[in-house]
Parts: sequence; C-alpha cells; structure tokens
Amino acid sequence: MSTGIPPDTWLLAGRDERLEERSLPLELATALLFRTIVLFSLYLLIAGHGSTGGGFAGGLVAGIAFVLRYVAGGPRELRAAAGGLDPGVLLGAGLLLVLVTCSAAWLFGEPFASSAVLQLTVPVFDELKLVSSLLIDVGIYLLVLGAVLDMARLLGARGAPEAEVPEGLELR
Amino acid sequence: MLLLLAAHAVVAAVLPSVVRRWGSRAFLLAALPPAAVVVYVAVVLPRVLAGEPVIESLQWAPGLGLSLTMRLDALAAAAALLVGVVGTSVMVYSVGYFAGQRPGRTAAALLGFAGAMLGLVLADDLLALYVFWELTTIASFVLIGHSDEDEEARRSATQALLTTVATGLVMLLGFVLIGQRAGTYSISAILADPPTGPVITAAVVCVLVGAFAKSAQVPFQGWLPAAMIAPTPISAFLHGAAMVNAGVYLVARLAPGFAEDPAWRPLVLTVGVVTLLVGGWRALRQTDLKRLLAFSTVSQLGFLIVLLGEGSRTAALAGVALLLGHGIAKGALFLIAGAVEHETGTRELPDLSGLRRDTPALAVLAVLAAASLAGVPLLLGGVAKEAGLVAFEHGGLADIAVLVGLLAGSVLTVAYALRLLGGVFGGPPPGRAAAGGTPWALAGPVVPLAAGSLLGLAAPAVDALVAPYADQLPVAPGGDPTYHIKVWPGLTVALGLSLLVLVLGALLHLLRRPAAQLQRRIADALPHGLDVDRGYTWLLDGLQQVAMAVTARVQVGSPPVYLMVVALTVLALPGSALIVGAARGTVGPGDLQAWTSVPEAVLVGVVLAAAVALALVRQRLAVVLVLGLVGYGVAGLFVLRGALDLALTQLLVETLTLVAFVLVLRRLPAQRDDPHSTWRRAARVMVGCGLGVFVGALGLIAADSRGALPVSDRMIAMAEQEAGAKNVVNAILVDFRAMDTVGEISVLLVAITGVASLVLVTRRTVRPGGRPAEPESHTEQEVAP
Repeated sequence: MSTGIPPDTWLLAGRDERLEERSLPLELATALLFRTIVLFSLYLLIAGHGSTGGGFAGGLVAGIAFVLRYVAGGPRELRAAAGGLDPGVLLGAGLLLVLVTCSAAWLFGEPFASSAVLQLTVPVFDELKLVSSLLIDVGIYLLVLGAVLDMARLLGARGAPEAEVPEGLELR
Repeated sequence: MLLLLAAHAVVAAVLPSVVRRWGSRAFLLAALPPAAVVVYVAVVLPRVLAGEPVIESLQWAPGLGLSLTMRLDALAAAAALLVGVVGTSVMVYSVGYFAGQRPGRTAAALLGFAGAMLGLVLADDLLALYVFWELTTIASFVLIGHSDEDEEARRSATQALLTTVATGLVMLLGFVLIGQRAGTYSISAILADPPTGPVITAAVVCVLVGAFAKSAQVPFQGWLPAAMIAPTPISAFLHGAAMVNAGVYLVARLAPGFAEDPAWRPLVLTVGVVTLLVGGWRALRQTDLKRLLAFSTVSQLGFLIVLLGEGSRTAALAGVALLLGHGIAKGALFLIAGAVEHETGTRELPDLSGLRRDTPALAVLAVLAAASLAGVPLLLGGVAKEAGLVAFEHGGLADIAVLVGLLAGSVLTVAYALRLLGGVFGGPPPGRAAAGGTPWALAGPVVPLAAGSLLGLAAPAVDALVAPYADQLPVAPGGDPTYHIKVWPGLTVALGLSLLVLVLGALLHLLRRPAAQLQRRIADALPHGLDVDRGYTWLLDGLQQVAMAVTARVQVGSPPVYLMVVALTVLALPGSALIVGAARGTVGPGDLQAWTSVPEAVLVGVVLAAAVALALVRQRLAVVLVLGLVGYGVAGLFVLRGALDLALTQLLVETLTLVAFVLVLRRLPAQRDDPHSTWRRAARVMVGCGLGVFVGALGLIAADSRGALPVSDRMIAMAEQEAGAKNVVNAILVDFRAMDTVGEISVLLVAITGVASLVLVTRRTVRPGGRPAEPESHTEQEVAP
C-alpha cells in the first residue's frame, strides 16, 4: 500500500490538525489496523465463494478501513490513504469488469452471465478451484469501495467547502 | 445480413476519428456498407424472388424468447435495395457537399441511420422492428440538429423526435396487443395466421398512428418540412428516400395480414388521399426548393399509403414500384437542390432562373427525376402510377372517390414539378456571371438515381421484383388477376387518365398566378386551428404548463411530506387489502412462536427499546446512534438464525450508514426542533405506527402464505455443481441472479454519482442563473455561513 508516507511517520496528514481535535489512541489503532483490515477485506472477497464473505462485504470492509483513516486524520489523511485511487475510476472499473465478465459468456455461446469453473492442482495449494464469477465479485468489490470512498470524500470535506473539493471532481 | 448490420455499426463507430483525419473523404468509407448491402441483395435476389427468403437469427435472451431474426423476402429486398442505392449515392455526394468540413458526428449518425433502416426492413420481429424504428428516429434527431447552435435546428429536431417517438409508443402498444393475441412477435408467423377481433382493431389503429407519423401523414406532417433545416444529403436520405418510407413499409408489411380489418381500409385510404392533396396543395405554394420537395414527399407518401394499404394485388404491384420510383427520384431531386444551392448560394425559387445554361447536365437529370415524380408515362414513376390508377378503376363508389383523389393529387404533382423545373432551370439566364458549372462531385452521384427513373423502360424486371410480394395479396373484385406492370399497356383508360392529369397539371402551371391568389385567399379563410405547426406549439406549451403545475404541487421539497405520501399510499392500498384479506380469513398468520432462545428474546428487547427511544431522543447524533443500535440488534438476530452473510452485510452497512449520517449531521443543528403543532405531530406518530404495524403484520402473514415451491431448495441443491460455490448466498449473487446484481450495482453507481453531483452543485451555491438550490443546499446555506 503506497501511501507516500515517510517511514518514520505513521500518520503524516494528522500533523497539522489542532491538538485538541486529535486522538492519539485512535491514530495508533488506525495505523496498526489499517493494513490488517484491508487484508481482511481481500480475504472476504476471495473466501466469499466458499464461506461467509463476498465482493460486497469485502468492499464495505475495505471502505471502512479508509473511513477509519478519515476519522482519525481528516480529509487530508483520507487523501493520503487513498493515494492514486480515484473513486470515479474504481466505480467505472468495477462496473466494466462485471459487464465484461458477464458478456464473455457470449463468446462461448452461453447465455449472459454463465459461469465457468476451472479445477487446478497446484503444488502448494493442492486443489485450486477458480471460478469465473470471482471476477464479478472483484468488480463488485471495486465498485463498492469506490462508492464508500466517494461518499467519504464528498461528505467528509469540511470547513470552507470550496477549498476542500478534491481536484478533478468538479468536472463530473 | 447480421454481418452487414454489424459492419454499419462498426464503421459508424470509427467514422468520427476517420473524419478527423481524412475530412469529408471519409464518406467514401461510409459508402462501403450501403454498397455492400446492394451487392448482397443482388446476389441473393434470384433465390429470394423464387420464394426462398434468407433467414438469419441471433439468440440473445433465449430465456425470454427474445431473438434478433432477420428475414429477407421480396418486399424487404426491394426496400433494402432502395436504402442501399440511395445510401451509397448520398454518401458519395457528401464527399463533395461537406468538402472542407469535418462533420464526424453527422457522418457517424448518417451511417448509423443507414444501418438502423436496414435492420428495420429486415427485422422479422415486431419488437426488433420497433427498436430499429426508434434508432432511426434518434439518428434523425441528431442529424436534423446537425448545427446544434442553431435554435431553429434544435426546435425542428425536437419536433421530429417528439412527433415520431410519441406515436412510436402508441405503435409499440399496438405491437404488444398484436403480439400477445397472436402468441408470437415473429412478423412472418403473425402474417401467416393473423389474429382478429376488436382488440386487434384497436391495435391496428395504434400501429397505423405510428406508421402515419413516421411517414408524415396528416395530421402528423408538420415535422417533415421543418426537418428541411438539415444539410441536404441528410434530407435526401432520411426525409426523401429512406426514413419516411418506414411507415409506408410497415403498412405494406402488415397489409397481407390486416388489410381486412374493419378499421384498416377506411383509415388508410382517407388519410392517404387527404395527405396526397394537402401535401400537393402546400407544395404548390412553397418558394424554398427543399420545403417544396418536403411537401411533395408528404404528398407522394400519401399516394404510397393508399396503394400499399389498399391490400389488393394490383395496388400492391403499383405501390412497391412507386416506392422505388419515388425514392430514387426524390433522392435525386434533393441532391440536385443541394447542388443548386451549392452553386448559387440560394434555394429560393424567386431568386433562381435560367440555370439550364450553366448546368445543362444537372438540368437534364432534374427533368428526368421530376418527370418520373410527376408520373410521365414510360418512366418508373409514370408506369407505377398508371398501375395505381388501374387498381382503383373497377371498384365501387369508394374506389371511385379514391381514384378522383389520386387524380387530383397527381394534377397538383405535375403542376409543382413544372413549377420547380421552370423556376430553377427555365426563364431568362441569371444576370451574374456563370459560376463555372456544378462540380462532378455533386452531379455524379445524382446520375444513377436520376437514371433509375428510366427503369420504367425495364418494367418487366421491376415487375419481377415486386410481384412476389403482391402475389400474397388477394385480387380485388373486378380486378385482373394476371395484371402486370408493363412499359406500354396499350390504349387503356389508365393511360388516358395519366395524359389527362399531365394536361390539367400543365394548365394549372400556366394559370399559376390566379391559382396562387386563390390559394392565399383560401389559406386566409381557414381557421388557424388547422395549422399543424401552430397546433404543435400550442400542444407543447400546454404540456409544459401542465408539467410545471404538477411539479410545483408534487415536488414540494419537504422530505417529511414525501414520506407521509409514501406511507399513506402503502397503508391505503396494500394495507387495506391486507385488512380485507384478514377479515375474510383468506390470509392469516401461521403458527407463531414467541421466541426460540433466550438470547433472541434479549436482542428483540434491545431492538424494541431502541425503537421506542428513537422517537423520544431529541439530540440528532443520539438519534443516529440509537438507530444504529436497532440495526446492530437485527444483525445479531441474523447471526442467531445462522444467516452469517446477511449479518455481516447488515453490520457493515449499519456502520457505514452511521458514518455517513454523522458526516451530514455536522452541518445541522445538534437539536432537532419540531415547529409544528401538536396535532400534526400526533398525525405523524400515528402514520408511523400504522406503517410499522402494517409491515410487521405483512411479514408475519407473508412468511406463511406460500403458493409455490420455494426456489431456495433448488438453489441450495444447485450451488455446488452449477456455480461451484459452497456459499449459496454468494452463488445467488454472482451466478444465478448475476443479471440482477449487474442491475443493482449499476443503480449504486448512478446513485453515488447523483449524490456527488448534488453535493458538488450545492457547494457552489452562488451560480449565476443557476436553478433554485436543492433542499440539501438550504440546510447548508443556513448552517454553514
């Protein structure tokens, strides 16, 4: 996760917040948990086919990870956390991935959104089962994450609003 | 055929970028797909005429019985040939017409239109036909609005769109009625066994309304002359030769099955004859070349509707021949008008004269095309019109009336054709220096179209093309069952009538000054209500006023009011149905169990307590937290019932909702205040409680009233083998119901984009000339100074 934060600082963006608005335990917890939560969201995404989880839950969990960064450090921290992830791109990419995956079935002469299963035997994982609908889950994950980030970014802008409109958003 | 359609779509898609690089020469690329259509149809024509239609089908939603079936029979072949030939000529002509411009969007729309028109004539499915029908409408909208900064162009484009889409919807209703009655939407199957009855009569009227509007029949003709604001190649293709023929084509397509319907013939013949006369009458008065041609098109389409709607063999022979004859002649005349305007800079008849010296070639082509239009014997138009007169020669009183109408319309046609030719090419030569002749880039593409009028000399070939369709229709009583289109029918009544028409038309042309005065006097005497343009404006203004009045009443901008309306509607409709059902004993709760475990009872207690607290708390933030408590409690209940996926999602959504609420609430006062009177609050409490009781009761009852087998059993059984999933919820989301998921995430995307626009719009609250701020912005303006 490239956030552009120098290695000696955990929560760079929070630095210029006024002291009384900061909560050190929250910042610490966020710094410790952020990557874990994102990892958990990926687990939910992949595990969804076999057990509890799925693209929707995974995307929400990933979104919560970013919201946590926002709660701890404000809009600047959110921007630092999101890095190059543009919510609009995530939304579009998610929908596109789902549509492409669903239409791909036509190429094989199947109706829209038919799924295919690929059974592999790989040394480490033993039996590996790849399902084409995992791609749909990935698309949902991206889209939901984009939606949450967008919401946090739009509603989370504070103070004099004009100054806080993220760059490029006005064009939409 | 499907490949040809795809070729149109693909080339149209790349055309804008090609136009950017090549300029108007890119139209040569655009000419390829229509040319390929001509070649393809020519190749399969012998097979098709032998009674073996080419059929291709693409299944795209077999579960819903939807497929894209293309069927090339004799009628479709004739129409496709017309579209292909005129399309190719127009594309080549556009190279010269748009020289020095880069009309990428127009080029793409023009070719897209050609593709849609091809799909329309080939479609063997009512719904597919409707889709192509609307595609041509949309292409027409884009093309009429070619210069989108011109207000007149935008108005004309909107008029064409509204007229044809509104009536198109009426037509769709007719299609659905026919399709449901027939049990199939396949056109060939419906025509093989056409349904009958009062419902079908209503459906026929609906379909005819759509066809009439598309073919600019009275009273829907207003949009066609207005559409003349489009560049000439577009007028030639869409509004001369192709799109306006869609309505005529549909009438011809359905005539074999529905001509015997009681509503069909009176409607078709009346509207057709009236249109023929009104169009011809108005054409006589126009001074603008293109508007003259537009009214001429209106009038000739009336002629076609009469011939193809009559539903007898002879009339159909004449009709399809005239469809071809009129299409190519009108295409040629439009292109000539464009060339004249290109050369002289005007298309006003009073400003034009004596062009025969400057452009002899153009003059010859114009004479040929106009003569065919006017119905001069031996030319294609003349041969077809003669056959048309024969079709109505032998009938009763009604047929005689139609025949008189056709004759009068033809007299007008001759008169305005002469006026057109005489005005542009006749008279003294213009005073100014010759412009140097029409470039061949503009005159060349006209040649094949104008020369097409000479096909009258090859009448047996035309007859071979149109006869297979006409043979599907019964011979009219008194008609000749072996009648064929001939070059020279001999000295018949019809020939005499044709010559009479020519003489009378020439006479009317000679008397054009008194005739024009008479026309003006009659126009002044008519009430304004008969002016369709005025009627259109009046209708539109009225509609807008009604819409604004309704919006002002309905969109009051108060969420509590909206919620009350929704809640009261739910209570009034399904709520009273539930009470009635419960009173009759048809529905009722099954065996109820208070709780299954102690933790469940505890959670329910928490949820209930939180719900009551929700109504009492006055701090906004506290309200949100208590609301969250309700949600988490429900998630806990899901866990206890083993619905882990549901619980997980509920928890996550609840958390994020909480955050979103907090973010919004920062901008609102901490306390919620209720300025309303006590009784209004009491009313709200009652409605709220009522809704809660209703939903609860519905849940209890619905869970127990099962009329069909639950699908869940099958899904659980299929999840492992079909979707390769152990998690059934996930299998449903991404596999069994993937189509639903696609829809849902699309909604999510649209919703979040909408929220984004609202938030961003309200941020920039001071926008000059902006719309009144949305409700959200009120709060923001008030609170965040």
